[in-house]
Amino acid sequence: MSQMPQQAALSKCPSCEEPLESGDRFCGACGYDLSAVPARPSDDPTIALNGAVPPQSPWPAPTPGEIPPRPATPPGAHVPAAGGPAADAPPHAASAHPASPVQGIAATNARADAAGDAVSADAHRHPTPAAPAAPSPGAPAQPGASPAGPVPHAGTPRASASGAPAPASSAHQAAPGRNPAGADPQAAVPSSYGTGVPAAPGPHPAAPAAQPASAGDTAPNGAPAAPVQGPPVQGRPPASGTGVRLDRRASDEGVAGGDDYTLQAPDPRVAPEPHAAVCVACRAGRVDDDGYCENCGHAQPRERDHMEQECGPVAAVSDRGLRHHRNEDAFAVGTTTLPDGAPVSVAVVCDGVSSATRPDEASLAASRAANASLLDALPRGTHPQQAMHEAILAASEAVDALAGEQLSEARDHAPQQNAPACTIVGAVVTAGLLVVGWVGDSRVYWIPVDRSAPAARLTEDDSWAAQMVAAGLMGEAEAYADHRAHAITGWLGADAYELEPHTAAFKPDRPGVVVVCTDGLWNYAESPDDMAEAVPADAAARPLHAARVLVGHALDGGGHDNVTVALVPFPAVPQGAGSA
Amino acid sequence: MAIFSKSNVPQFSVDVYQNEYLPEDGREVNAVVTVTATGGGTIGSAVAAPHLYAPGEGPSAAVVLMVDCSGSMDHPPTKMRNARDATAAAIDTLRDGVHFAVVAGTHLAREVYPGDGRLAVAGPDTREQAKQALRKLSAGGGTAIGTWLRRADRLLASADVAIRHGILLTDGRNEHESPEDLKAALDACAGRFTCDARGVGTDWEVKEVTGIASALLGTADIVADPAGLAADFTRMMETAMGKEVADVSLRLWTPAGATVTFVKQVAPTVEELTGRRTEAGPRTGDYPLGSWGDESRDYHLCVAVPPAAVGREMLAARVSLVIPQPGGSVQSLGAQGLVRAVWTDDLAASTSINPQVAHYTGQAELAEVIQEGLDLRKVGDMDGATAKLGRAVQLASASGNADTAKLLAKVVDVVDAATGTVRLKTKVEEADEMTLETRSTKTVRVKK
Repeated sequence: MSQMPQQAALSKCPSCEEPLESGDRFCGACGYDLSAVPARPSDDPTIALNGAVPPQSPWPAPTPGEIPPRPATPPGAHVPAAGGPAADAPPHAASAHPASPVQGIAATNARADAAGDAVSADAHRHPTPAAPAAPSPGAPAQPGASPAGPVPHAGTPRASASGAPAPASSAHQAAPGRNPAGADPQAAVPSSYGTGVPAAPGPHPAAPAAQPASAGDTAPNGAPAAPVQGPPVQGRPPASGTGVRLDRRASDEGVAGGDDYTLQAPDPRVAPEPHAAVCVACRAGRVDDDGYCENCGHAQPRERDHMEQECGPVAAVSDRGLRHHRNEDAFAVGTTTLPDGAPVSVAVVCDGVSSATRPDEASLAASRAANASLLDALPRGTHPQQAMHEAILAASEAVDALAGEQLSEARDHAPQQNAPACTIVGAVVTAGLLVVGWVGDSRVYWIPVDRSAPAARLTEDDSWAAQMVAAGLMGEAEAYADHRAHAITGWLGADAYELEPHTAAFKPDRPGVVVVCTDGLWNYAESPDDMAEAVPADAAARPLHAARVLVGHALDGGGHDNVTVALVPFPAVPQGAGSA
Repeated sequence: MAIFSKSNVPQFSVDVYQNEYLPEDGREVNAVVTVTATGGGTIGSAVAAPHLYAPGEGPSAAVVLMVDCSGSMDHPPTKMRNARDATAAAIDTLRDGVHFAVVAGTHLAREVYPGDGRLAVAGPDTREQAKQALRKLSAGGGTAIGTWLRRADRLLASADVAIRHGILLTDGRNEHESPEDLKAALDACAGRFTCDARGVGTDWEVKEVTGIASALLGTADIVADPAGLAADFTRMMETAMGKEVADVSLRLWTPAGATVTFVKQVAPTVEELTGRRTEAGPRTGDYPLGSWGDESRDYHLCVAVPPAAVGREMLAARVSLVIPQPGGSVQSLGAQGLVRAVWTDDLAASTSINPQVAHYTGQAELAEVIQEGLDLRKVGDMDGATAKLGRAVQLASASGNADTAKLLAKVVDVVDAATGTVRLKTKVEEADEMTLETRSTKTVRVKK
């Protein structure tokens, strides 16, 4: 979503110079993914934050500089493979560049609470940074949307629509997060098409334009600071508030003509979203209303095929994988503060049960409900473990509610349908406490920053294999090799026998990162040691990057299931400053 | 064309039954598409769709009755009398305001009523006049069905109406023109009007009559006993009067690189449509479905798509209904169905067969083995005929096609229907064999 913004500004393809029609998302001549273009501008500004001073002013310059490090991001490369037809991703490392800056930024933003002030100052001076921020929010302000990295692939609009309303703070973060997210997908997209490279020129010009606009915006809003602070200040309510507003406007787009320029970016997006989409598979046909290419018939990537979100110090990535035709996983992340002002991070991951009806809806409803419940209870002083218990119950209710709808709707079509169902796993991280809760076989791993300390799995699956092992009937290896290994014995859903939310609290004695994931990931890193090996060393500092790496790990392993992972650094960082 | 304002076209709906899962490298996608029209009325629009027409009214229509008057109709003499009575009964069934004409068919086509290349408009007076004119029908001459059809076409074309239909009765072979002439006439008439064909007695050629009905998208049947003609003609005319919309086409979109293996109607009868495709734009073709009243038909389509990786999803076909309009445009009837392909490595998913698809695959095979069995029997290959008809008995029994099973039982002695063990009857009534052949394409729907 966030990616489409500047099409309006583009009169010709940045790749082949072919004139573009308004509303195109891909170049009609060379198939270049136009959505990739816009994102960059926002990236550049973001970069400024990372690089601190130097990057900001020189838009183009910073990008390249930073780029080199990131291109490597494996996840990016994977993404295309999953969603896109072409698996050429790797060769186009170049395309990944643009993305990389973004990520960097995002990360910085996230951590940079403290830096926030400085940043904001910068921002003031340089309207530019603000600009980037603005566009990104324009994208669907919601965190859900932000992960929409995938969106660019699929329909941007929906993403924003569906976007989960995250707390204000998350919204801020979302913006930055989005950029990164967007970047990634972009990178992915172009690479998959092999077009990636050229984008650079396009974005830059766009960027400058955006900057003034943003400046203009800020002024009218009366919250010049808002844009600036927005990104950096994750933890701060006020800042976030402003940031949020910005986002909304952007997304509303047309609404505030006065506000404006910021709006520009969003506008183009909107237009392209619904119509005129060009097939990502054959790049020749248009996409019909029902989501299939009118030429080659291929289903278009859906917004949930690949989702990313960064929210303060927390980040999550979800991918359809390589073998399933839809992503039935879902996640929700957020941050808030305890009554004493201490920061707390929340991550929830759900895995839809494929044998049930509408598992994708179940996982989405459950993750949102649990996240909302936690973010509501924690600031009121509810003990995290109690809050987790209640959140799982809330998620369960949300899933049960789906079964009711279903009865009325689709019963005649498929009488033998099962009630929607999913697993759930969540983690709450405060300054000194780590609480996990789960039902089903999604897991939490503890990976200490200092890898000389042991990693650990913190959850016990509700699965056939786990029960066999627990009962001493089988060895672990034997149990997990059985085809019944993954049959789960506990889940959320109207047909669950008896809901037994499991919760556990830990007080880690050292910093680390909490990996919250579905079996799509842990199938490829089952033991804590394997997981620790897969988690990048700087995971606590760059959670989004690390989450992408982990998803990439699963895809490299075969990607047989949907893959979803959320990373939460421990201890919770005040105001979003990264431990790194 | 504004002939079909929205209000008097039936509502069409399209339902797709398929197993969309394909194994890795799988290409063939099968689906059964049920097309249902409601708001028309084979039982009379006034009953089925009172909102569409005032009592006794309906869409503008024209019907031409073609009655065989060749010399053989006098053997026995009751045949001619029954044909006259049946035609009179059909005329009585005409709705007021419908254009009609009666053609006496021999080696030429003679307009019996109203004559001079015109059509009469049904009303109390014209109905009476027409019946008077029928008395002048007499047997004598040959049989050249192609000339009857061409005459009917000319007559029907003279009226500006929505529905054009013919009813053709013959008792003998098409002896006075070459098969090519008949074929040419059918090609010329196809798409211009629909036509039901009936064979009376047992001296006619099944493949000729079914061929006419098939080409002109109507029904074919045998009326072995001439006494049954009046009832049959009345039913046919009622059905014709129930048609609300003509020239419906099934529009099939398939993705680039895909090929349409076949498209056939599988209910109420098996009718091959694959070869009747007319291109209608990129990757799109139209298959004629004829005219529709209040009814439901099933189509089996099979499309070969380019294989994609496991986890991918593709639209293998989009089915919609259109009415081609003069000038190349089309009126869309709204409904559409999507046939999907999803590649999976889940063998349980990819190997299961949709019950509808399985059922109609069986029904199509049933029609085929009956035809083959009877052909083999005619040429004296009794072992081959026994095998084929045994298989037919098995299929009819398993699928619950009781009517066909009954007809088969008149041609073979069934030893064990479940295994398809049969013995050919040594003596088979010709009427029974012709009935089986004519009705072999009748299918039944899936037992719910």
